[in-house]
Amino acid sequence: MNSLRGRTGETSMQRRALLAATALMPFAARAQGFTPQNPECIAPAAPGGGFDLTCRLTTRMLNETGIVTQPIRTQNMPGGIGAVAINHINAQRRTDANVIVAVSTGSWVNMAQGRFGRFAENDVRWIGAIGADYGVIAVRRDSRFTNLGELMAALRADPASVPMGAGGAVGSQDWHKAALIARAAGADPRRMRYVPFEGGGQSMAALLGGHIQVFPGDASEVRGQFEAGEIRLLAVLSAQRLPGALAQVPTAREQGVEVDWPIVRGFYGPPQMPDAAYNFWVDAIRRLQANPAWPEARSAQGLFEFNLVGAEYAELAKRRTAEFRQLAREVGLVTQTQ
Amino acid sequence: MMETFAALGGGFAVALQPTNLFLALIGCIIGTAIGVLPGIGPLNAIALLLPFCLALKLPPESALILLAAVYYGSGYGGRITAILLNMPGEPSAVLTTLDGHPLAKQGRGGAALAISGIGSFVGATIAVVLMSFLSVPLARVAVAFSPADYVALIAFALSLLGAVGGGSAPKAWAAGCLGILLAMVGIDSGTGVERYTAGSMELLGGLDFTVLAIGLFAIGEILLLIETRIRAEAAKLGHGQRLTFGEILFCLPAMFRATGIGFVIGVLPGAGASVASALSYTAEKRLNENTGKFGQGDMRGVAAPETADNAAQIGNLVPMLSLGIPGSGTTAVLLGALLMYNITPGPLLFEQKPDVAWGLIASMYIGNCMLLLLNLPLVGIFARLLTVPAWVLYPGVLALSFAGVYAASNSAFDLLLAIGFGIMGWAFRKLDVPLVPIILGFVLGRMLEDNLRRAMSLSDGDVMALVASPVSIALWVMTLGALLWPLLARRRAA
Repeated sequence: MNSLRGRTGETSMQRRALLAATALMPFAARAQGFTPQNPECIAPAAPGGGFDLTCRLTTRMLNETGIVTQPIRTQNMPGGIGAVAINHINAQRRTDANVIVAVSTGSWVNMAQGRFGRFAENDVRWIGAIGADYGVIAVRRDSRFTNLGELMAALRADPASVPMGAGGAVGSQDWHKAALIARAAGADPRRMRYVPFEGGGQSMAALLGGHIQVFPGDASEVRGQFEAGEIRLLAVLSAQRLPGALAQVPTAREQGVEVDWPIVRGFYGPPQMPDAAYNFWVDAIRRLQANPAWPEARSAQGLFEFNLVGAEYAELAKRRTAEFRQLAREVGLVTQTQ
Repeated sequence: MMETFAALGGGFAVALQPTNLFLALIGCIIGTAIGVLPGIGPLNAIALLLPFCLALKLPPESALILLAAVYYGSGYGGRITAILLNMPGEPSAVLTTLDGHPLAKQGRGGAALAISGIGSFVGATIAVVLMSFLSVPLARVAVAFSPADYVALIAFALSLLGAVGGGSAPKAWAAGCLGILLAMVGIDSGTGVERYTAGSMELLGGLDFTVLAIGLFAIGEILLLIETRIRAEAAKLGHGQRLTFGEILFCLPAMFRATGIGFVIGVLPGAGASVASALSYTAEKRLNENTGKFGQGDMRGVAAPETADNAAQIGNLVPMLSLGIPGSGTTAVLLGALLMYNITPGPLLFEQKPDVAWGLIASMYIGNCMLLLLNLPLVGIFARLLTVPAWVLYPGVLALSFAGVYAASNSAFDLLLAIGFGIMGWAFRKLDVPLVPIILGFVLGRMLEDNLRRAMSLSDGDVMALVASPVSIALWVMTLGALLWPLLARRRAA
């Protein structure tokens, strides 16, 4: 698993600082004597989705390993793709020390487009990431494209000549993968032919059925098709190659395309969560990441290692959101005024 | 063929282990229960059970047997409240209210429950047999179904709206259009624009089916009952009018047709049990235009949608198991369960994990027998629900409905929304506006819009792409036929 370190694009310096901090933090946190009471994890979606799994499996692991002794309850709060949860936190529980909320790269996209009302990346306390999935560029096994360069050339010649489709709307995190590739090819993302489907499964069906030519999906959801030889992966959108079955797939960077797409899953807390509580939760996630039982539980969620907590995680969240805001403005996405 | 039998034999060896038999039974019971309860669907139940399976360290095949039993068991439960109380417990049971509730009012609620249970069993079992032998080729055909083909299929289903309205066709069409409009609420997936949200954040994700159905059917029905002071209109317990063997035989052809329709629709990753039950109901109604008394309590009107519903549910598992492609939210969660056991769902599942794939299929043969045996004796008990005094029954139903809405969303806003739809449902009942087309319009409207846009986007706006394949042409011809049929029939009658 060590081979996975540093794939996040963060510098190893940061990691070493982080590791040093790991050694000191537990005592610091415990010294301040925060004990959670009726702790709660909010999954801002209905049961069964990614947020729900993030909450349920992480809290189960936190309890099973004894890192948090009080049982953590998972509460589902669907509504407005996460908007209801962030508004609930900001309106009613600004100082709550006992609540964490599941969050992902998709939420950053929504924040960047102003979909969470007046609340965005500065209205929460970023606790930590528990792992990441990575974007991939998938084509059918008999596709005319054999590498990323050929796809980019086709996009450059005529962005509308390559029908692409994935599980999210225009402007969603799935769409961003396609848009970033198109932009890197020098094509206008507005002119590409992107077709939104209902979830990754239907997109894969459309790819296998030949209705779309390119499916910018996620590594965890295409693995089965890839191993069976049904599809070809032109690139993984990670800084370094992924472990396991996907190790033979080159990264976009290797092919000269500077596009990364980690789908980072993690947690935030209320904007005025007391420092003692914030440190407790940051430390809890950090200790979970160091626990020997964690890698297996993490891969069960389809997640690769992505250990980033506290200030570094906050920095990533804010930097990414700013980038998405920039891209949205650039390609003229419909955004809500704040 | 022989290989399949051998593999299936191996599957039965797995499924017949005592633990797995027990888990299948538990799953069937939970499934029936959540089918009865409004609001809580199989998706929620499976997502909530999954961590338990992991915590209990169940092997993957056992976990899948349990979770799948909850899934197909739910197809048996939705009909109970639909028939007895005119309140469908799940989307695909909406059609069952049309004839099931009139039967209950005639005192034949028990018979309707029994025929729907038998229909569910027939549909599911034939579907499992088809799945055992034809899974892979079927799934290959299913992915070839293009967005344009889906447009034609959904248009065909919508063209039958006039037939599910009871009396007035214009009212049925208006109700269907209202349903389509309600489906437009929320963020538009094509552009990211908000539609009809009135600045409300709760509406960004669109309206929830549960909220709409509970409002229109459960709350609307109760409001009407309050107003009419629960006069003789309410369903009553029948005496001595049990389902006869002759009636079962009478319904068998309808069940076989419904199995075919349900299974084919279910295998398509982009359609679902609601489409299947709507198509099979209207098919029966059209086929038996002169002999049937559809809408007033025809046994076939109960048997057909329930059979199709269960056949479609099993069909939905075909692309999931053979290609690793989930056709619905619930099958996506089942796939997620595999992932959690470090099993990669995909075309290699049957080769790499035969115990899991064939064990699951074998357990479905057993599970459906269990469900039939569970359900038939319970018919009497369920029907007895109607002997509960109304002042206990209806407040209880209302409380359960609200609990269901709240459990699914944790949102007080959804409760208010359900009450709003309840008032709408009450008003529409008084105006004789049928409610089933609203639900169908709602379910089909979004599918129609999404697929139409996909098709247009893929063809670069060329409308001719909608009639480019033989399948779509055939479906459009049937759509035209369905639209013109009432006119022709009227002329002939005149």
